[in-house]
Amino acid sequence: MESVITHEGLNLKETELRLGLPGSDKPEKETIYSLRNNKRAVPDSVEDRESVSDAKHETAPPPKAQVVGWPPIRSYRKNCFQPKKADSETGNYVKVSMDGAPYLRKVDLKVYKCYAELLEALENMFKLTIGSEFAPTYEDKDGDWMLVGDVPWDMFMSSCKRLRIMKGSEAKGLGHGV
Amino acid sequence: MSEAQAQMSEDDADLAAAAGGASIRTAVVTTGGDYSSPYPDQVLENVLENVLIFLTSRRDRNAVSLVCKSWYRAEALTRSEIYIGNCYSVSPRRAAERFRRVRSVVLKGKPRFADFSLMPPDWGAHFAPWVIEMAEAYRGLEKLYLKRMNVTDDDLAVMARSFGNFRELVLVCCEGFGTAGLAVVASKCRQLRVFDLIEAEVSDDDEVDWLSCFPESGTCLESLIFDCVEFPINFDALENLVARSRSLKKLRVNRFVNLEQLHRLMILAPQLTDLGTGSFSPQDHPIDQEPDLVSAFTACRSLVSLSGFRETVPDYLPAVYPVCANITSLNFSYANITADELKPVIRNCHKLQIFWVLDSVRDEGLQAVAATCKDLRELRVFPIDATEDNVGPVSDVGLQAISEGCKKLESILYFCQQMTNAAVISMSNNCPDLVVFRLCIIGRYRPDHSTGEPMDEGFGAIVKNCKKLTRLAVSGLLTDKAFSYIGQYGKLVRTLSFAFAGDSDLGLKYVLEGCSKLEKLEIRDCPFGDSALRSGLHHYHNMRFLWMSTCRVTRQGCREIAQQIPRVIVEVFRWNQILEEGEKSDLVDTLYLYRSLEGPRADAPKFVNIL
Repeated sequence: MESVITHEGLNLKETELRLGLPGSDKPEKETIYSLRNNKRAVPDSVEDRESVSDAKHETAPPPKAQVVGWPPIRSYRKNCFQPKKADSETGNYVKVSMDGAPYLRKVDLKVYKCYAELLEALENMFKLTIGSEFAPTYEDKDGDWMLVGDVPWDMFMSSCKRLRIMKGSEAKGLGHGV
Repeated sequence: MSEAQAQMSEDDADLAAAAGGASIRTAVVTTGGDYSSPYPDQVLENVLENVLIFLTSRRDRNAVSLVCKSWYRAEALTRSEIYIGNCYSVSPRRAAERFRRVRSVVLKGKPRFADFSLMPPDWGAHFAPWVIEMAEAYRGLEKLYLKRMNVTDDDLAVMARSFGNFRELVLVCCEGFGTAGLAVVASKCRQLRVFDLIEAEVSDDDEVDWLSCFPESGTCLESLIFDCVEFPINFDALENLVARSRSLKKLRVNRFVNLEQLHRLMILAPQLTDLGTGSFSPQDHPIDQEPDLVSAFTACRSLVSLSGFRETVPDYLPAVYPVCANITSLNFSYANITADELKPVIRNCHKLQIFWVLDSVRDEGLQAVAATCKDLRELRVFPIDATEDNVGPVSDVGLQAISEGCKKLESILYFCQQMTNAAVISMSNNCPDLVVFRLCIIGRYRPDHSTGEPMDEGFGAIVKNCKKLTRLAVSGLLTDKAFSYIGQYGKLVRTLSFAFAGDSDLGLKYVLEGCSKLEKLEIRDCPFGDSALRSGLHHYHNMRFLWMSTCRVTRQGCREIAQQIPRVIVEVFRWNQILEEGEKSDLVDTLYLYRSLEGPRADAPKFVNIL
């Protein structure tokens, strides 16, 4: 069916996952993949389907990082327990954009203990001074844009989804909450 | 005439029976005066009606109604509970015209896969047209059981003001309503005995203190369940309510009730038979001495069902020891406890029949269950961590132990990361009474972890050996062989659930051609296409529904089905139009087909195409 796929010397067939009757090119053990959570990820599920439709033979689609509705557990049950992996090991990375900058950055909020530390890091990262010309804002769980510093640090940590450093006229008059 | 009759499909006969039992006392047979003109068979029909009152099973009633016109009429007049498994299979008007003296309605809407975000939120299943019709037709309505319906506050208001003798409201997996709706029901339904919210999504936008809205003087409440409510409640109002509800037998509070508060409630209601314990953790800054929970539990001599434990602090678990010997149902499925924390509790639960638990207790915990709970009928093991992984805390070891210890098992739902055919075969041999077997190996396409073989033989043994099996959910690496077993041996199977399984169209063909009693078939991410779909043409009108998502079914294939079978509605939907642009394939995201006496529904949203 497939020839051995090699890419830069890696034998990817070793880790390829496929369906097949036992005996005929026995299915490999699954690659270990850890899923973060089961937030509905529509683009992923569509990609899933496309790979199924394109395959001419009976191959299992490569396991995706997020699968909608799998395993079949109601969402409030899933949300009840923080998966141990996500919390302790992986950190809380959020994207940081700055008005006018072409690239985004990412910061791990877990590294900082308070607003002062975070703001200092941002100032270093973007070579700016937070004050009248730059105001740090963030998007919270509800999708609203908030000024950084208004809520207690712990609350900010758990509700911040991404950061945006506003610049210029929009920033003027906002100051910052810290 | 026979074509037009809706064959209500079989499911959950207990509910109908239970409701029917009550209807014997409340059903009233009026004779003579109801008929506009007497006719010769009137005497015979009167006799028939008097006999039919005692017929409670809806399957029996369906059979009776097919005998002849006269029996059809008599049956229609004496049926006091109607069960509608799919709200779109029949219109409210048609149901009300046939059954005119209904006291109890069971109405189900969305298919089960909607629980797992596989269905877009505004798909339908609105209660509104039903409540409007019933407000006119069934003024004497007493009981309403809704499952997976969209219910608004307005609907609840219409219900509350239209049915003067309303007694029981049970909302399971429903959404669309909030505290305002609950408040109207509480204040207007003065005869309310049962007010159960089970796994429902209740909104708190209005922030109405609904618990304060029950009648001041006293209530007839026998059951109050709101453990799924995800926001705080007014505890003083709850305490006051429990104090003035002397008939209260079932009380399940939500996780915003702490241990101290639970204690106060238990002191007020030692007559409880069913208790949902809320958070089962103490308040953050305890002011008073620790409450004497052991005494409170000891006083509840009639307690047979225990649940809650949403944020369990295990140190307090010993408080439940006094009731262990009596309880028949224990729900620990929110309690993150270890095997060692479980053992002292479970070793006293000799009468336990229903047990729900988290896999945090590990195989060792399940072994303890197997050692004590010889009367166990239903077991559900939920995963604390739903991510796919190589190993998990429960496995074939736990399943093997359960199969050896709990031989009367009838229903099992088991989530795990790995499994063996041997353990499943063992269960098929040890537990011949199995009616429901649902095994979910969270790692998709995972084979038997000790032999590397597909899980075909295990599931094959289940369908072969468990002669009473009516519901099956499969998982793990499965070839078409597994499906051939299901088709060959699953002659009584009514509900099937497939995900990430099978090799080709043959798999689905085996099932559709072999399982003659099949009513509900839910499939996702399997390589089944149009050819397989076609093989069920002879059977779809006997089914409640077929669901296929992310399979290989094309629009054209679905259209053919729609054209060839009348009275079956074929819905196809796509999730995300933007992503579909430029895509050449004709595949559908989701196919949902169901039999119906009506034409295409008028309330279908834009993303639904009815072919």
